[in-house]
Amino acid sequence: MTTMLEVDGLGHTYQGKDGAHTAIDGLSFTVRAGELVCVVGPSGCGKSTLLRTIAGLVRPSRGTVSLHGNRVDGVPADLAVVFQDYSRSLFPWLTVARNVEFPLRGLAKAERVARARDALAAVGLDQAGRKYPWQLSGGMQQRVAIARALAYRPALLLMDEPFASVDAQTRFELEDLLLRVRREQDTTVLLVTHDIDESVYLGDRVLVLSKSPATVVADLDVHLGGARDQITTRASEEFVELRARVAGLLQGKQATRQPVHK
Amino acid sequence: MSALVRELRRWAVLAVAVVLWELVTRAAHDQNFPPPTTIARAAGRLWFSDAFADHIVPGVGRMLVGWAVAAVIGVALGVALGRSRAAMAYLGPVFTFMRSIPPPLLVPFFVATVGVLDLQLPTIVFGSIWPVLLNTVDGVRGVDATKVETAQVFRLSRTQWTFGVVLPSALPKVFAGLRLSLSIALILMVVSELVGSENGIGNRLVRAKSDYELPDMWAWIVLLGVLGYLFNTLLLLLERRALAWQPRHSLEAKTLATGG
Amino acid sequence: MSGAPRVPASLVGLVGLFAIWEVASRTDLVPAYYLRPPSVVFPRLLELVFADANFQRALVATLSATVLALVIAVLVAVPAGLLLGSVPAVRHGVMTLVEFLRPIPSVALIPLALLTFGTGPDTKVTLAVYGALWPILFNTMYALDEIDPLHVETARAFGTGRLGVLTRVALPHAAPFVLTGIRLSFAIAMGVAVSVELLAGGSVGIGQVVLEAGSGGFDMDTVLAGTVLAGLIGYGANAGLELLQRKAFAWSTPRGGAR
Repeated sequence: MTTMLEVDGLGHTYQGKDGAHTAIDGLSFTVRAGELVCVVGPSGCGKSTLLRTIAGLVRPSRGTVSLHGNRVDGVPADLAVVFQDYSRSLFPWLTVARNVEFPLRGLAKAERVARARDALAAVGLDQAGRKYPWQLSGGMQQRVAIARALAYRPALLLMDEPFASVDAQTRFELEDLLLRVRREQDTTVLLVTHDIDESVYLGDRVLVLSKSPATVVADLDVHLGGARDQITTRASEEFVELRARVAGLLQGKQATRQPVHK
Repeated sequence: MSALVRELRRWAVLAVAVVLWELVTRAAHDQNFPPPTTIARAAGRLWFSDAFADHIVPGVGRMLVGWAVAAVIGVALGVALGRSRAAMAYLGPVFTFMRSIPPPLLVPFFVATVGVLDLQLPTIVFGSIWPVLLNTVDGVRGVDATKVETAQVFRLSRTQWTFGVVLPSALPKVFAGLRLSLSIALILMVVSELVGSENGIGNRLVRAKSDYELPDMWAWIVLLGVLGYLFNTLLLLLERRALAWQPRHSLEAKTLATGG
Repeated sequence: MSGAPRVPASLVGLVGLFAIWEVASRTDLVPAYYLRPPSVVFPRLLELVFADANFQRALVATLSATVLALVIAVLVAVPAGLLLGSVPAVRHGVMTLVEFLRPIPSVALIPLALLTFGTGPDTKVTLAVYGALWPILFNTMYALDEIDPLHVETARAFGTGRLGVLTRVALPHAAPFVLTGIRLSFAIAMGVAVSVELLAGGSVGIGQVVLEAGSGGFDMDTVLAGTVLAGLIGYGANAGLELLQRKAFAWSTPRGGAR
């Protein structure tokens, strides 16, 4: 499998009024094409900084990020982001369909419309194109944000706590939606979360970060197979064992870089 | 950046602008646009002459009295009516209609009714009352439900309720209205004195124009700018005192959010 | 005050105002000679608007000057506001000057403008632009201050450049603020236009018609009719722009602000 994302020695220090603050330090990992990798870490550990440096929104102080071999310097052309705060990342003055079409500038009108329609259908919102984001529930708004990212057909999809602001029931639905569309579209996903269960349930791999400044303390493979189910998967032995392990790592027990598989 | 540096830079920008103005007007040699040094000489001669007592004091006095009367009536009416949904449903449109009459158009009405020499005060009062009134109503309406319930629980007297809860909550809006009214009062002072008055800055301005004394005319214009700046700054200071308990708003926004 | 009162009550209020006015002037509570009753003023108003060519010309002159000034003000103030709002260095310099220019009431410039531009419509329009510029400029600028950083980040994450962010994110975000500015500026532009008409002998417009009726002929019917009509126009423009705001920018939360 080819390498999609390579992060090498990445570190970032914010210069604030009251001294410097190092958010992340010496982070190195890779994501292969087609993988869904979850990054889990304690709150405030610099997960968002990591994501913003990968997206090219923040220029890192140290280290490099490469997307399919090209060094990231500025926002790469084939990358999409889904932020946690859907109510702020969707544009309130555009309809749902126009929001999805927003990044597709440069394509022919017919192509834009078709892509938006397909993406909205993929997230189960074929009927909502002419509505405005604020006319939809929170979960539906986040579906729109996902559709927007999918329609862009990115090489890498970054998700920043994408399901942290919706209720538990919606969260399960959206998690399964994500698993389905990445399977259908073969998208490479890097998802940041603070939720241990979510990271294990969604990921092919789970990267566990330490407290700030964040470093990678473990890189765990998840062997739950392609088809996952909110009830049976979460009850499976492998799942329970993995989540306990991640929880232990987050609480600062002996870190390991050894893969978990036997 | 420290406040001092910012202040210094502000004045530096102004100084550069004035120097540029001087150079451009000197080069252009346009009668209508005398250089600032000439204007400054005229201002020094005019502002501190008899004109101060004969024109500046009476005109500005009328403006301040008119504005104060409008403020008292506007706030009192606003507090009295603002809490009543019914009263405002009926009267709101009436006030808005009154507010919509271009204030300078009051001048002809008062020219006809009270005469050219006495029209300044009524024009200023009538023109500047509506922003205070409507903004007070707005502020008074906005007292939040928790405060209303708290007041009920503590069984506040009517006076305590009005002066202890309603008025302080409405104060930011009241000040917004006062600032708008002040700028309208200044405009009406000028317009009414331009149309007809035996004294006042507007009167001097129009006289300087007909005598073709351009530096004098500019000096009066500059004086009006200085007065506008001065009154707005004083009102802002007062506001900052009165609203010290409030989270700070942008000073810049307040300095500039004036009408006309 | 954005919530429109219920239509019947608001109508009752306005009709009540005119009824009290009628009674007051009929019963000589106030000198009827000055405060002519509405039953005289309104017919006169209709007569002026529909049958008096002179007044029609004046009305068109005032309104077209107002609208033209607004259009120019928008064309100048919106790009300027976007520029000042997004380049802090320019903003600091310009705002320092504006802070000293702004307090000069536009009407104080009337004599100067009359000397420079004459008594034609140029004077009116120029000064009305000067007056109308500020609310639109400041509203555009402050809209940019309030823009959600996540909107900008989202656009950038999808590869939108600096110019794209300005036109596709900042501009639509600022649009409701701009419209609020236009609403405030309408009253200012009309007020300035009327002021110029009051003072410049040769300037055709409502202000001049009303002033002449008041001072020369003591024709109070026309004075009141003209004043009421201007009030109705201002009221209508304000209500119309508020309605437009609600319809066109339904996505935007209502904006307060001093009025």
